[in-house]
Amino acid sequence: MLVEILFWSFSAVLVGAALGVILSRNPVHSVLYLVLCFFNAAVLWLLIEAEFLAIVLVLVYVGAVMVLFLFVVMMLDINIEQLREGFARNAPLGALIAFIMVVELAYVLWVRRLGIELPGATVPMAEGAGNTAQIGAVLYTEYVYPFQLAAIVLLIAIVAAISLTMRRRPGLKVQDIARQVSVRAADRVRLVSMPPEREP
Amino acid sequence: MIGLAHYLMLAAVLFAIAVAGIFINRKNVILLLMCIELMLLAVNFNFVAFSRFLGILDGQVFVFFILTVAAAEAAIGLAILVVLFRQRRTINVEELDAMKG
Amino acid sequence: MTVDFAAVCLAIVLAPLTAAAVAGFGGRFIGRAGAHSICIAGVALSLAGSAWVLARMLDGAPVFNQNVYTWGVSDGVSMQIGFLIDNLSALMMTVVTFVSLAVHVYTIGYMRDDPGYARFFAYISLFTFSMLMLVMSNNFLQLFFGWEAVGLVSYLLIGFWFKRPTAIFANYKAFIVNRIGDFAFIVAIAIIVAYMGSLDYVEVFQRIPRAIGHDLYLTPGEPSKVITVICVGLFIGAMGKSAQVPLHVWLPDSMEGPTPISALIHAATMVTAGIFMVARLSPLFELSPDALHFIVVIGATTALFMGLLGLVNNDIKRVIAYSTLSQLGYMTAALGAGAYGAGMFHLMTHAFFKALLFLAAGSVIIGMHHEQDMRRMGGLRRYMPVTYWTCLIGTLALIGFPGLSGFFSKDVIIEAVKLSDTEGSGYAYWCVLIGVFVTALYSFRLLFMTFHGRERMDEHTREHLHESPWVVTVPLIALAIPSIAIGWLTVGPVVFGDFFTGTIAHSVDGPLAQLGEEFHGPGAFVLHAFRSPALWLAFAGIATAWYLYLKRPDLPERIAARLPRLYRLLINKYYFDWFNEHVLASGVRNFGTSLWQRGDEKAIDGFLVNGTARAIGALASVVRRVQSGYLYHYAFAMIIGLSLLLGWLLLRS
Repeated sequence: MLVEILFWSFSAVLVGAALGVILSRNPVHSVLYLVLCFFNAAVLWLLIEAEFLAIVLVLVYVGAVMVLFLFVVMMLDINIEQLREGFARNAPLGALIAFIMVVELAYVLWVRRLGIELPGATVPMAEGAGNTAQIGAVLYTEYVYPFQLAAIVLLIAIVAAISLTMRRRPGLKVQDIARQVSVRAADRVRLVSMPPEREP
Repeated sequence: MIGLAHYLMLAAVLFAIAVAGIFINRKNVILLLMCIELMLLAVNFNFVAFSRFLGILDGQVFVFFILTVAAAEAAIGLAILVVLFRQRRTINVEELDAMKG
Repeated sequence: MTVDFAAVCLAIVLAPLTAAAVAGFGGRFIGRAGAHSICIAGVALSLAGSAWVLARMLDGAPVFNQNVYTWGVSDGVSMQIGFLIDNLSALMMTVVTFVSLAVHVYTIGYMRDDPGYARFFAYISLFTFSMLMLVMSNNFLQLFFGWEAVGLVSYLLIGFWFKRPTAIFANYKAFIVNRIGDFAFIVAIAIIVAYMGSLDYVEVFQRIPRAIGHDLYLTPGEPSKVITVICVGLFIGAMGKSAQVPLHVWLPDSMEGPTPISALIHAATMVTAGIFMVARLSPLFELSPDALHFIVVIGATTALFMGLLGLVNNDIKRVIAYSTLSQLGYMTAALGAGAYGAGMFHLMTHAFFKALLFLAAGSVIIGMHHEQDMRRMGGLRRYMPVTYWTCLIGTLALIGFPGLSGFFSKDVIIEAVKLSDTEGSGYAYWCVLIGVFVTALYSFRLLFMTFHGRERMDEHTREHLHESPWVVTVPLIALAIPSIAIGWLTVGPVVFGDFFTGTIAHSVDGPLAQLGEEFHGPGAFVLHAFRSPALWLAFAGIATAWYLYLKRPDLPERIAARLPRLYRLLINKYYFDWFNEHVLASGVRNFGTSLWQRGDEKAIDGFLVNGTARAIGALASVVRRVQSGYLYHYAFAMIIGLSLLLGWLLLRS
């Protein structure tokens, strides 16, 4: 009973926040609504006993990615007035497409099961270990390879992000260590032969 | 009783909202990226729900990876956005049509 | 002497060919005398060989049928070069080489001033070669080779003076009309190969039963017997070559060529190739009464109606050309009536007297400084006696004066047509009978207008009138002798005897057999003729011509004025030429032009080729808008596609 109340209320907020993301005029508001979405999603996942993922969602996603979004939104000096136009034109079509998609997915779930029986109740997991430990057990054994690949993906992301946005300030005086180290004597010193004293 | 179907439905609704958001949005590239994040969230919902209701953990592991990739993608996307803004001084989607055929 | 027949045949055929090659390619080096010497030597050699062969055959030598070279074998049908020498081909060979030699000698005088002297000799020797290949062949392919070759040389010779536009028009016309006949000819040969699997005459005749009883469906609904189709096809080839109606239109125009070739080709030899072919293939024709019906009607029609055209024409050569057409019609009618021997006999006699008439006309033309209009001649007999007398002999032979060669051949034909039971021979009989009157009328019209009566030429020409040199008159005399004698001497054995036995089909109750029962020798035949209408019609024709052109020369114009429509019909040659030029030729040209402009340029180039490019361009300029450059458009497209796909997956049952 409690589960249901929690589920329905948090779902409602989630959907409302999603609508807020797309319908709000101020991009900063959109980001904040998105943060709210993630929080509610985390709670819903907690309901379903996926604690690890719920916390990761909050910590990583909201904590890092959404903050980044906020950073960028605030850093780019955006003219809010411009953003208000052109809204009403596209709304009906978008709503229609969204509605069609929901109808189709509902159709799949309730009308034509495609021969798949959806389990009603949750299946109890193995007792003893928490969600975190269980995930760890699977992740580092069966999925260690994708794990490493994921790490490389992150590395690539770092490198890409930096190399894309890095710019040099003109006129910056900075030491180029590599060049300093590769200097040779011949580049700096020139031996000139001259008599020890001037002719009288 | 909250069953698998409810979670799946919820994910579907989220997905649909995100799609609608892509269509409606004509002015803001950042909103585009945020709708992508919403879509990924919906997909994650699906995975977690199936994982829980079928009793296997593979779904959750997959969500883990999706989160990783989503984070990387968000970072790079925003980097591109920043560079784009430096060049064009606008984030109006309608002005980004240099690839027109 | 043990001379190899095959070697003699090869010598007969190759001598004129070699002479033609030497004169044609080396004319510049050997000069005029060299050119004519070598060509005359070649043809004389052929004549000697042919005479020898004929003598051997008359002595009773067996039929000689041998292949000398296999050209190729394809699917069981072997293509040979071979010679079939029997009485029929020996006769033709002799006639061809004799007339050719006479013409060769004549040409020395006629073409004396012409710059293309050596070329002319090369062509007429080449023609002799082609005609000999045709008559000596023992298979259809060689027959066709000779057929085409004589057509080619005829084209070359008609257009000999190629700088004249009328000559070029005439030689095109001849070649094209011939081609139409040749097309049917080769289709018939193809059907023969299809049903009998061979090109050799002897094999085909043996395998005739294979074609009996089969039908071809050429017209919707009505089946045609195969043998009829073959025979009609072969005869259409003969129609083209021997100038029967409606493929006769080229022969009068072929008078654009020099007179010697009119004598050689268009009187004695090439045009008789069709007659020869029908006689040679008579076993096939005997089996198809429908084809014979067709042949006799066409032949008789040509005989009468072409003769009528000789009455209104004023060009001396053209009158003789229409006479040739008419006489070819007689030969064809004889063939259609089943009297193949009579047709061949008339072919032989006609060769002599018609060549004689042409050469005499040529002599007149030389004397008149190349004037050909008879209205400007008259009274020439005082100036050119030899020409006059030989021409008179030829004319008398032509109209069938009793005792001369033409009499025997024509009267046999008329009697045979009367007795024949081929369908249509009733009509044919009336045509050939009336044709006798018409023949006499135009022949003596020509004679009177040219040699008798008032002299209508101008002073300058009259002063230069003299008899032609010996090179011209000796051939005339040489041809006059057989014109007189050969009929009397050979009618018995050739027509009623067994000269053609084994070579030409001869039915035991056919017209010739019936006539043969009543034949008691040439003298009796002459006396018998006085009781038949033909002779009296001939005399009536002479009398009418005398009256109209000597006694009352103003009458012909008055008659023409009284019957303007008939006169115009005759002057316009029954509008055949008008039809061919304005309906057929223009029609084909217009069709071609419309195909070019509408079909090719508009439809294919404009619509299909360029149109496809234009359509693609148009389509591309529309589809290009999909590439808007906006990412959300692309995402939009993807998602809509996804929804549709999902919907389709869900909704299909």
